Amino acid sequence: MPALEVSKLCKNFREIEAVKDISFAVERGEIVGLLGPNGAGKTTTINMILGVLEPSSGSVTIAGHDIWQERREALLQTNFAAVYAQLPSNLTVYQSLHIFGLLYDVKDIKKRITEVLAEYDLERFADTKNGVLSSGEQTRVTLAKAMLNKPSLLLLDEPTASLDPSTAQDVRDRIRAYAHDGYGGILWTSHNMQEVTESCDRVLFVSHGRILLEGDPKKLPAQHAKKDLEELFIAVAREPLSLEK
Amino acid sequence: MHFRASYAIFLRYWYLLMSTPQRLIQVFIWSVFDIVLWGLVTKYLNTFASAEFNFTTVLLGSLLFWQFITRIQQGYIMVFLEDSWTRNFLNVFASPIRISEYVAGIVASSAFTSAVAISFAAVVSALAFGLTLPPLIVPFIVISLILVIFAITLGILSTTIILRLGSSAEWFAWPVPAVIQPLVGVFYPISVLPGWAQAVALVLPPTYVFESLREALAGGPIAWEGLAVGLGLSLLYLTIAAWIFMRTYRWAIRAGAISRFGSESF
Repeated sequence: MPALEVSKLCKNFREIEAVKDISFAVERGEIVGLLGPNGAGKTTTINMILGVLEPSSGSVTIAGHDIWQERREALLQTNFAAVYAQLPSNLTVYQSLHIFGLLYDVKDIKKRITEVLAEYDLERFADTKNGVLSSGEQTRVTLAKAMLNKPSLLLLDEPTASLDPSTAQDVRDRIRAYAHDGYGGILWTSHNMQEVTESCDRVLFVSHGRILLEGDPKKLPAQHAKKDLEELFIAVAREPLSLEK
Repeated sequence: MHFRASYAIFLRYWYLLMSTPQRLIQVFIWSVFDIVLWGLVTKYLNTFASAEFNFTTVLLGSLLFWQFITRIQQGYIMVFLEDSWTRNFLNVFASPIRISEYVAGIVASSAFTSAVAISFAAVVSALAFGLTLPPLIVPFIVISLILVIFAITLGILSTTIILRLGSSAEWFAWPVPAVIQPLVGVFYPISVLPGWAQAVALVLPPTYVFESLREALAGGPIAWEGLAVGLGLSLLYLTIAAWIFMRTYRWAIRAGAISRFGSESF
């Protein structure tokens, strides 16, 4: 059973078609990159997967549970970290993790919080309010929150955007280890093409609400006569018609 | 219903109260200000009153019960807006919590802080102004129930407005009790209102509470029929408010308002 199955997903905002008939799956243990220029429909797709945006049509199934029919069961198996969804600035790191541990119905919360604090090197910040942490530290807190329930599906929207290269490398290693240890599948959006090439098993290029290209990030550029993923990304952003499947 | 999820919402507010003295102080301060102001007014009025009529009991007693409306409605909005102010909506609503569990958590938070605030105000009223209420336990339970249900209804409607119009619409929500207060006869019988206002008063549940309360505090009989009408109206409005809130929540999910909440972009 895949960690995530998206089938014929569409979203219209009045006359605007933000997402057009997107279908893909993420297997357990797999890291899939969801790439595309700003406004391509990546965040709209992620919001539909998270159940905070109703699709116009199509379905989202997480670990066998339809997000609209079995919302709680589906979301108990999911978690996410995004640069635009920091944890409350007026709570401490420990308090935030405690609250989200309860929301995600984590068993033995205290033990699990201790584990994620150690894993993301946050022990010394346990009693510090999120708002006074550096942006890199805040990102690590959101990642710790995302790992609390050991999700079958982990959604990461630019998880390393505000991290220094050393911390970013460390975080990438942890995320890769999480997927490859078989805990769950990961859907990862990023504008850092080097990071995507290094981390993702497969990428989906989204343009104007549709999946334009799909494949192995290490082989895909050559298949389209491009030097690397960055060059391919630029082509997707500027000349999507030339890359139509 | 999963109470752990509702408890998480309660705990979030508890953590905020315990870690920020200014939040803790505001739980008590406004009730005490009201009590002190009206306590002094009633003290002055008592110098003109006859021996049988005690302004302190009637006015201060009514004010104490009015606190149920203001404290719970404002507590409800406050807990809801905390998630807006800290841009936490996406994190909460992308979690497995159900909307009913979220609302239950807000109700528990606001009811708890209001109970503490009102108890404190009652002690201040008794110690500073000698307020003593007759031991009408059953009527007071019914009166409190009507006011609590109506206050939750106002809280739900206020947050519906904010959810529909965006966080900047909070300024429509805060003054709701102040708009209702003159119409429901907290300090005077509704017979002094103009005809159109009396008609409006009759469809508002607190009117029946304060009309009955005035009568009871003055030593008269309990107006059980009026309280029954007030309770019925409260439950009816609560049902309607919950229905409107759910429809607005579904609209927010369709329109993408949850993920963009707080950005004032809709």
